[in-house]
Amino acid sequence: MSTPALSTRGLNKNFGSLVVASDIEIELPQGVRYALIGPNGAGKTTLINLMTGMLKPDGGQIQLGGEEITALGPEARVRRGLVRTFQINSLFPHLNPLEAVTLAVCERQEVSRTWWKPITAYSAEVDEAYGILKTLMLAQVCYRQTRELAYGQQRLLEIALALATRPKVLLLDEPAAGVPRDESAELFAAVTNLSQDITVLFIEHDMDFVFRFASRIIVMVGGRILVEGTPDEISADPRVREVYLGSAHHG
Amino acid sequence: MTSTDGALAGPQQYLRAQQRWRAIEIVFWLSLLLPFVVTPNYLVLASQVAITALFALSLDLILGYAGIVSLGHAAFFGFGAYTAGILSKHGWGEPLTGLLISGFAAGLLGYLMSFIIARFRHLALIMITLGFGFLLLELANSLGWLTGGADGLQGVKTWPLLGMFKFDLWGVTSYWYSLIVLFILFLVCRRLINSPFGLSLRGIRENAVRMRAVGAESRAHLQKIYTISAAIAGIAGALLTQTTDTVSLGVLNFERSADVLVILILGGAGRLYGGIIGAIIFLVARDQFSGINPQYWYFPIGVLLVVVVLFLPNGILGGLAQIVESERWQRWTANLTPWRKKP
Ligand SMILES: Nc1ncnc2c1ncn2[C@@H]1O[C@H](COP(=O)(O)OP(=O)(O)O)[C@@H](O)[C@H]1O
Ligand SMILES: [Mg+2]
Repeated sequence: MSTPALSTRGLNKNFGSLVVASDIEIELPQGVRYALIGPNGAGKTTLINLMTGMLKPDGGQIQLGGEEITALGPEARVRRGLVRTFQINSLFPHLNPLEAVTLAVCERQEVSRTWWKPITAYSAEVDEAYGILKTLMLAQVCYRQTRELAYGQQRLLEIALALATRPKVLLLDEPAAGVPRDESAELFAAVTNLSQDITVLFIEHDMDFVFRFASRIIVMVGGRILVEGTPDEISADPRVREVYLGSAHHG
Repeated sequence: MTSTDGALAGPQQYLRAQQRWRAIEIVFWLSLLLPFVVTPNYLVLASQVAITALFALSLDLILGYAGIVSLGHAAFFGFGAYTAGILSKHGWGEPLTGLLISGFAAGLLGYLMSFIIARFRHLALIMITLGFGFLLLELANSLGWLTGGADGLQGVKTWPLLGMFKFDLWGVTSYWYSLIVLFILFLVCRRLINSPFGLSLRGIRENAVRMRAVGAESRAHLQKIYTISAAIAGIAGALLTQTTDTVSLGVLNFERSADVLVILILGGAGRLYGGIIGAIIFLVARDQFSGINPQYWYFPIGVLLVVVVLFLPNGILGGLAQIVESERWQRWTANLTPWRKKP
C-alpha cells in the first residue's frame, strides 16, 4: 500500500476541561476526497488547526506523505504541501486579489526575499496568480480591494490563496460557510474542479454536496471520530442518524 | 484601468501602471527645490525638514508597510548621529563615508534588535521599543567619555562635501546634501515597496495569520525590513550631525521618537510621501508657532493631530488621495479641463 498523503495518530487536545480532540486517527490516501462532518462545536476546525500546526496538540503525531511533521511550524508545513482555508475569512483586506495571490505565489517561489526588483519583473508569478483567479472567476474583480468584494467572492479568494501555494493536501474549512444556499454553486464547483492530484479533506454542512462529492466521510462528535465510511455506509449508520436527527441543533 | 472596449487591463499592464511615476510626484520633488530661490533664509530649516522626512520615511517602512509599531525609533537615529559625531571627533570628518558607516552601524544595531522585534506585536512591541529607546539614551548619558554625556559631543567638524562644498552658515550645502540623500533613499524605498518583498510586507500588515497559512517567511521579512529601516534612520541621524556639527542627547530622547510617529500619522502612513508631507507641516508649524509662543507650540500640533486622526484616518495624504479618487472630483476636473475626454 502506498503511504497516505496525510495521517494522524492518537491526536489529543483539551481546552481546559473541554476535550476537543480525543485520540484522532485519520489516514487520507493520495488524491481522495474526504468529507469531515459533525455538529457545531464537534472540533472539526480544531482538528484542522492541529493538522496545520496552528495549534499544538497535547499528544499524538501527524505525518505528511510519510514524513513526521508534528514538530514543524505552520509555514514549514505549507511549504511541504499541507494547506488550509479558513471557515471565517482570513484575507488581506487592503490588498486586491491579484496582489494577494501574487504574494502567495512569490512566497512559494521564494522570490519574496528580493527587494531590489519590481514585481513587474516577475511576470511568470503574476501570470500564474492571474490564471488562478481566472479559473475561480475572480479575474473581473482582481483589481478591487479585497474588503470591497462580495462575500461569496471573498470565499473564492480563500481557495485561490490556498491554490497559489500548490498544495498536495488541502484542508477546506466550510468553503461555502455563510454563503446563501442558492449562491453556493460556484463554490462547490470550485471544490469539485480541484485537481485530482490534490488530496482534499473538506468540512461542509451541505449534505447534498457532501454525499455527491466525497468518496469517504468522517463523522466527528464531541472531539471524537464517531464513524468513518463511504457515503452509503454513513447514511445507513444509525449512530449518525441519531446525531443528526436526534439533536435539534445542527448546522 | 479600462481600455476603450471596456475590458480590464491585463495584470502586467495593471501592475506597471500602479508603479509608474506620476506627474504630481515629479512636480512635488521639483517643488522641494523652491526654498533655494523663494525662502533662502530658511535653508537651515529646510534641511531639518529633509532630515526629519528621511527619518519618517524609515519609520514608514516598518509602520506603514509592515505594520510594526515603534515608539523608540530615535534609538537608531541617535545611534547614527553619535556614530558620525564620534568618527568626526576622532579625525574622520568626511561626510559621505561617515554617512555610510553610520548607516551601517545603525543597521547592525537594528539587525540585532530585530531578533526580538520579529517575535512580538502590538502592545508588547510598543513597550519593547520604548524600553530600548530609554536604554540607549541612558547608555549615551552614562558613557560620558565617549559621547560627552549631557554636555553633548564636543569637537565635531565635518569636512567639506566632496572636498569642495563647505557647510555654510546659511545651510545651502546642508539642504542640497540632505535633499539629495533623501531623494536617493526615497528611490531605494520606492523600489523596495514595489518589489515582491514589499508586497509581502503589506501582507504581514494586513493579516499575519494568513501569511503563515500561505507559508510566508514573515519573520525573516520583518528582520530584514527592520534592519533596513534602522540603517536609514541612522543615516538621517548622521545627516543631522554633519549638517549641524553637534550631537546632544536630544537625538535619542523619547520626544524624537514620538514626534516622528506624529509626523508620519499626520502625513499618512504607508504612502512613502506621508512622512515628507508630515515633516514639512510639523517643522514649519513648530517654527511659526514657537515664534509666537515657544512653550505651547505642541497645542496646535495636538489639535491638528486629533483632527486628522478623527477625520482623516489615513493622514493628510490619505485624505487628499480620497478626494482625488472620488467620482465627484473626477467629474469636476473633467469639466474644468475640456481637453480631457469625458467618460
Ligand atoms: N482557542 C479556543 N479556546 C477555547 N475553546 C475553543 C477554542 N477554539 C475552539 N474552542 C472550543 O472547542 C470546541 C470545538 O470548536 P471547533 O473546532 O471550532 O468546532 P467545529 O469547527 O466543529 O464547529 C467548541 O466548543 C469551541 O467553543
Ligand atoms: Mg468550524
